[in-house]
Amino acid sequence: MGIEERRSITIYVFGKKYEVPESLTIQKAMEFSGYRFIRSCGCRGGICGACLTEYRTPGSYRLKVALACQALAEPEMQITQSPFVPMNRAPYHLEELKEQPDILGKIYPEIYRCLQCNTCTRVCPMEIQVMDYVAAAMRGEIEKAATLSFQCIMCGACASKCPAEISQPNVALLARRLYGRHILPLPESLYQRINDIKMGRYNKVLENLIQMSTEGLMKFYTLREQEPQDNPGWVPKNPNFPEDIT
Amino acid sequence: MSGYPESTQESIRKVEATRLTRAKEEFPKLSLKERQELLKRYHPDYREGGRRELKAGVNKGEKVPNELADLFEGESIVRPEEVDFTQVKEDMDVLIIGGGGGGASAALFAAEQGAKTLITTKLRFGDSNTIMAEGGIQAAVGEFDSPSLHYLDTMGGGGFENLPHLVNALVSDAPMILEWLARLGVMFDRTDDGGLLASFAGGQCRRRVHSAADYTGMEIMRVMRDEVYSRGIEIDEFCPAIELVLDEKGRCAGAVFVNLDTEERFVIRAKTVILATGGIGRLHIQGFPTTNHYGATADGLVIANRAGVKIIFMDAIQFHPTGTAYPEQLLGLLVSEAFRGWSAQLVNGEGGRFINELETRDITSSATIREVMDRKNGVSTPTGMQGVWLDTPLVELNKGKGTIRRIFPHLFHRFHTFGIEITQEPVLVYPTQHYQNGGLLIDEYGETTIENLFAAGEVSGGVHGRNRLGGNSLLDIFVFGRRAGIRAAERAKEIEIGKPSLGHLIEYEKDLERAGVLKKEIKTPLLLPDYRYEKALAKIHQ
Repeated sequence: MGIEERRSITIYVFGKKYEVPESLTIQKAMEFSGYRFIRSCGCRGGICGACLTEYRTPGSYRLKVALACQALAEPEMQITQSPFVPMNRAPYHLEELKEQPDILGKIYPEIYRCLQCNTCTRVCPMEIQVMDYVAAAMRGEIEKAATLSFQCIMCGACASKCPAEISQPNVALLARRLYGRHILPLPESLYQRINDIKMGRYNKVLENLIQMSTEGLMKFYTLREQEPQDNPGWVPKNPNFPEDIT
Repeated sequence: MSGYPESTQESIRKVEATRLTRAKEEFPKLSLKERQELLKRYHPDYREGGRRELKAGVNKGEKVPNELADLFEGESIVRPEEVDFTQVKEDMDVLIIGGGGGGASAALFAAEQGAKTLITTKLRFGDSNTIMAEGGIQAAVGEFDSPSLHYLDTMGGGGFENLPHLVNALVSDAPMILEWLARLGVMFDRTDDGGLLASFAGGQCRRRVHSAADYTGMEIMRVMRDEVYSRGIEIDEFCPAIELVLDEKGRCAGAVFVNLDTEERFVIRAKTVILATGGIGRLHIQGFPTTNHYGATADGLVIANRAGVKIIFMDAIQFHPTGTAYPEQLLGLLVSEAFRGWSAQLVNGEGGRFINELETRDITSSATIREVMDRKNGVSTPTGMQGVWLDTPLVELNKGKGTIRRIFPHLFHRFHTFGIEITQEPVLVYPTQHYQNGGLLIDEYGETTIENLFAAGEVSGGVHGRNRLGGNSLLDIFVFGRRAGIRAAERAKEIEIGKPSLGHLIEYEKDLERAGVLKKEIKTPLLLPDYRYEKALAKIHQ
C-alpha cells in the first residue's frame, strides 16, 4: 500500500483538530498539518530530546509521554509538546569535585526528597530506570547512577513530572561526569603517546609524508598492513612502518 | 515475529541461509584503480547534472551541488539599508556562531584564554550533527598504531587530495583531544582490562575509533554543554546569524542576527568570529534522505560565500552506505558504521556479499548503488523503497550474545520501537546523505581566507579531501574548534574593531545580477527546512 492510499485520521494538536494520513510520526503529522517547527524538533532520530510530547488517546485516562519523531500519530490523539523543561543545575566545577560517596547528595540534596513513586521511570521515553538511578545516587553509588542513566537524552520528562521536584537528568549528568573523570581509568600508554607527540617523535615521518608526491603516498598507502578483525595477539610484520621511510 | 513485510521474507531467509558460510569468508579489498572506476560510475558526486559552476563572487568557477548553488544565488533576507550599525547589541572578543561540538570547544578554549566569548546558535545549544554521531572518534593510541598511519588512512580515504598540513594537525592533536574529553568526564568505552576500547571504521588499517556505545556524539555534547555552563560562558539560543559583517579593511567584524521567536534583528560586533554552523544534509542533495539534524541547512556556507570566503571540495558529498531504508518513519537515519566494524556484513537480496565492508564510505555506497540499480540485486519494500541488508545478527554470532545491546543500545531501542529486533533480523539500508566533505577553506589554525573569520567542524573543508573517514569528524570538530578558539582569542588581544558594513552583500548581489543568476524567489539563509503539508509525505526525509 502506497502512502497515497493511506486512510485519514483525526488528531488534536494543542486542542485544534486536523486530518492527517495514518502511519505518520507525530512530528510528521504536525508538519502535514502545517507546522514549520522552530522548537520541538531536532535530530528527528530519537536522541536529542527536543520533541518531548504528551498525549491522551480516547478510552484511557492515561497521560502518555513520547518523542514526536519516534511515535506514530493515533486516531483521536490529543497532543501537546514541551520543548523546554526548567531544571535545577547546581553551580560546580568538575575538577574541584572529589569522588566521594555523598557528593551527588551534597550538590543535589533534593534527591533525598524522592518519594519512590516511580513516575520518572514510567514517563521516560528512553525506558530508563530513572527511580533506580536516583536511588543509586542517594546511596552514593556513582558508577551505578552513571551506567543506569547512560541513555538519558535530557528531554526532561522525568523532571517535569517529579512530585519531589528533582531534576533527574542533571543529577545523572553529574554522576556520569564524575564516573568518566574519576573512576574510569586512562591507560598510561595514552599519556605516553601524547608525550611522544609533544617531544617530536613523529615530526620527521609526518614531515616526509607531508612533502611526499601523490604517487609516493599511494605506494605507502598500499603497503599498510591491515590489522585483522579477529586476532587478539596480532603483531604487524613491520611495526616501524611508516616511520622507517628513508 | 518478523518486523518486516511479507514480501521481504524470502530474501531474509536467504540471508539466514548463507550467514554461517559468509561469516568465515574473506572478501578482497579493491585496488586504488578499481576504486576510482567504481566511484566514477556509481558515486552520486559524478552524476550528470548534479552540480553546476558558480557564476559570481569569490568562488566563481567552483562547482557545487545544484541545491547549494540555488542558495548561493538566492537573495539575502537581510536588506543592507535596514541594518542600523549605530545600534550594536554587544561587542565581543570572540563571537561563535553555532552550538555543536565545534562551537562549544572553540568557546571553552577561547574563554580559557580570557576572551569575552559568546555562543550564538540557531536552535538549542547542542542541537547539531555532533549529537547524532554514533560510531566514535579516531585517535591513534594503540600499541601498533601511530599518527603517521592515521595520516595515511585519512589521505587515502580522501582520495589523496586532503590538505596535508590540516591532516597533520588532525592526527597529531588526536590523542590529546581524547584525553581532554575523558578528563571532562566523557565515558569512553573500556576493555575488560581497563584499556580504551577501539573499533574499526572503513578505510582504517588499525582499530582506532573510540566510542561511548552508540551515543558517542550525544555523550560528548551533553558533557561539553555542562562544562560551558560551568564556565559561565554566555549563550544566545534561537538566534541564527543571517549575515556576516566586515569592516573597512575587509576583515570580519561581527554578524547580523535574528531572534527566531520575536523576529527581532540585531548586530553583534566582534574582534573575531568563529563559524561552526555545520553541514547541508537538509538540502537533500539529489533527492537523497539524510542522517543530518533538522538545522543542517548550509546557513554558514551561504553567509560566508557572500562575505568572500573561498571554498574547497564543496562538490564532494558523503553518502553514508548504511542509512535506514525500512521502516519509512526512520528513513535515512544513520545505522552506525561501527556495526561493520563489529563484523556485520552487507548482503544483497540473494544473500550474497558484494563489497568488503571496511572499504571507505564513498566506495561502499557506490557498490551498494551498483548492487541495487545496476545488478538489480536489491530488496524492495511495499512502499517502493529499495536497499540491501546489513546483517546485524552476525555481530551476536561473532562477538557473543548481548553484544548489540551493550555496544548499540540506542539503535537496538530505535528499531525495537518499530518492531524490529536487530539481534535477530538484519537491517534494510541504502546510502543516505551524511556529510559535506568540503567547505570553507581554512589554515591549520582554523582561519578562513577572510581575516579574523575562523571556521571549525563540518562547515570547514580541506582536512578530509573528497571523502571523510568514519571517526574523523568528531575528531575534526574538537581539533579545529580548539585551535580556532585559542587563535581567535589571541588575535582579539591585538586588534581594534573597525567600522562594520554590509558592503560585501550589496556587491555580491550586484555580481549575481550581472551574471544573470540572481534568484529573488529564493530567500537565504534558509534557516529551517520546509516539510509542511504534502512535503511531509515526500520519501526523502524522516
